[in-house]
Amino acid sequence: MSPAPAAIELRALSAPAAPGVPGRALHGLDLRIEAGEQVAVIGASGAGKTSLLMALACAVQPVEGGLSLFGMDPWAIAPAQLRRLRGRLFLAPQVPPLPPRQRVVTAVLAGRLPAMGLVHSLRTLWHPPEAGLAQAALAELGLADKLWQRVDRLSGGERQRVGLARALVSQAELWLVDEPLSALDPTRARGVIDALLGAARRDGRTLVCSLHQVDVARERFPRIVALRGGACVYDGPSAALDDAALRDLYAGEAAPLDPPEPPPRADLLPESMCR
Amino acid sequence: MPLTAASPALRDPAWSRRVALLLAAAVLAWPLLVWTEFNPATLADARSLRATWRFVADFVPPRHDLPFLAELLRETWRTVAIATAGLALAWLVAVPFALLSTSRLSLSAVAAPMAWLPALVRQGVRWLLVLLRSIPELVWALVFVRVVGLGPTAGVLAIAITYGGMLGKVYADILESSDPAPTQALLRNGSGRLQALLFGALPECANELVSYTVYRWECAIRSSVVLGFVGAGGLGQLLDSAAKMFAGSEVSAILLVFVGLVWLSDRASALLRKVMA
Repeated sequence: MSPAPAAIELRALSAPAAPGVPGRALHGLDLRIEAGEQVAVIGASGAGKTSLLMALACAVQPVEGGLSLFGMDPWAIAPAQLRRLRGRLFLAPQVPPLPPRQRVVTAVLAGRLPAMGLVHSLRTLWHPPEAGLAQAALAELGLADKLWQRVDRLSGGERQRVGLARALVSQAELWLVDEPLSALDPTRARGVIDALLGAARRDGRTLVCSLHQVDVARERFPRIVALRGGACVYDGPSAALDDAALRDLYAGEAAPLDPPEPPPRADLLPESMCR
Repeated sequence: MPLTAASPALRDPAWSRRVALLLAAAVLAWPLLVWTEFNPATLADARSLRATWRFVADFVPPRHDLPFLAELLRETWRTVAIATAGLALAWLVAVPFALLSTSRLSLSAVAAPMAWLPALVRQGVRWLLVLLRSIPELVWALVFVRVVGLGPTAGVLAIAITYGGMLGKVYADILESSDPAPTQALLRNGSGRLQALLFGALPECANELVSYTVYRWECAIRSSVVLGFVGAGGLGQLLDSAAKMFAGSEVSAILLVFVGLVWLSDRASALLRKVMA
């Protein structure tokens, strides 16, 4: 019996930032992530973090190189198979894609749509039978009292966590989370990362999470992938990523680390980097 | 140093283009007025003014004897029924076509520019909708009057076809003008098209869709009146005979009913939007 295929395998992948956008945001990326791994992706703004997640979510077609998810090439399989494959992954964008005039419970349970039939979806709109699941996910992220509210009554940080709750209830095996902490304060941020990591470990899901907060990435994630200019400049255990490498990573950036000299102390980072 | 008004940095780059567009529109409008023989002087012609005045003077008071009111009520009800049935059928035509033609629910457009076959199908459905609505309901009614005979059925069918084309086009456009992010995110994560519609696009568009549909109901009322002139029944037929007999008091009573119906639809739309807000 052959070993289980990797959750993600990139072979010299080059891809644009979004469909129809000219140019490349990723240049010849090689990456292999096993099923059940938790990986943080770091890098300066514009380094290609979001583009990588978009490519992994089959949201943009590569121009060169190969991509395989769970041993399947998404761009070589039939449309119906691709749709099933899409149901096995979940991309949580940085700006949560929630309709403002929808209730939180509906917005969260939309994460389970790939596994629902049309009748069940209609029932969920009318009177959600799985409200308990949504409530549990919200509670993990500190939003237990928002279940029946409307999305447009929430603050930016609350909306971001509703977007993550949607990931938590989804039955996807691969979670692709883009900057989940961009609208959260440092304390809240750690709680959210712990909830995501805890849920991923508990259910054996693969988690790829892009982060601006280098200290959170080093402290909580076993493996880090660092991008610069759309290419991978570091891939390995987070313990081996030293301050000199970090300085290189952000060199030439307008102070993502504060102060840029001397080398950043990890515990100083979050306040300056939370936006 | 503060910038003065003449400073080049403050010169609005869009200004000259806007002035040019306005001038071009005025130049284009002039021949249109000439071709349509638009001449305000005819409005002030003494003879036509006298004839009009006699007709209009008869408007007050509107006719309000009981037998007439009973007939008015019956025909009003028929008009409302024609408009409502016509619009309901139009809705049934419009919804599948709108869903087929809107690019918002394209699976292939999630990761790339839309593939050629789906793009062609969507364009084909759009052409079909153009065909449905480009033939005026009056023409459809004249056709159907020959098929199903004089009466409201011809009006209902005419409205169903033309309005199906209009609703389908506008529904598709409303869906496309909504924020793509929620629908795209759902499609990208493996939801079906209808699910993406229900959970992504509808919550954003429901208000606009409902208010446009109610507005179209109002238009259907007006249109069923015009159809009445060609024998489709309802208030239009009543208005036709009243106008032919120069019965100003009957005409004004019928017109008052129109005003009431339009007012009613305006209130209904406002109420629905308030409930859904």
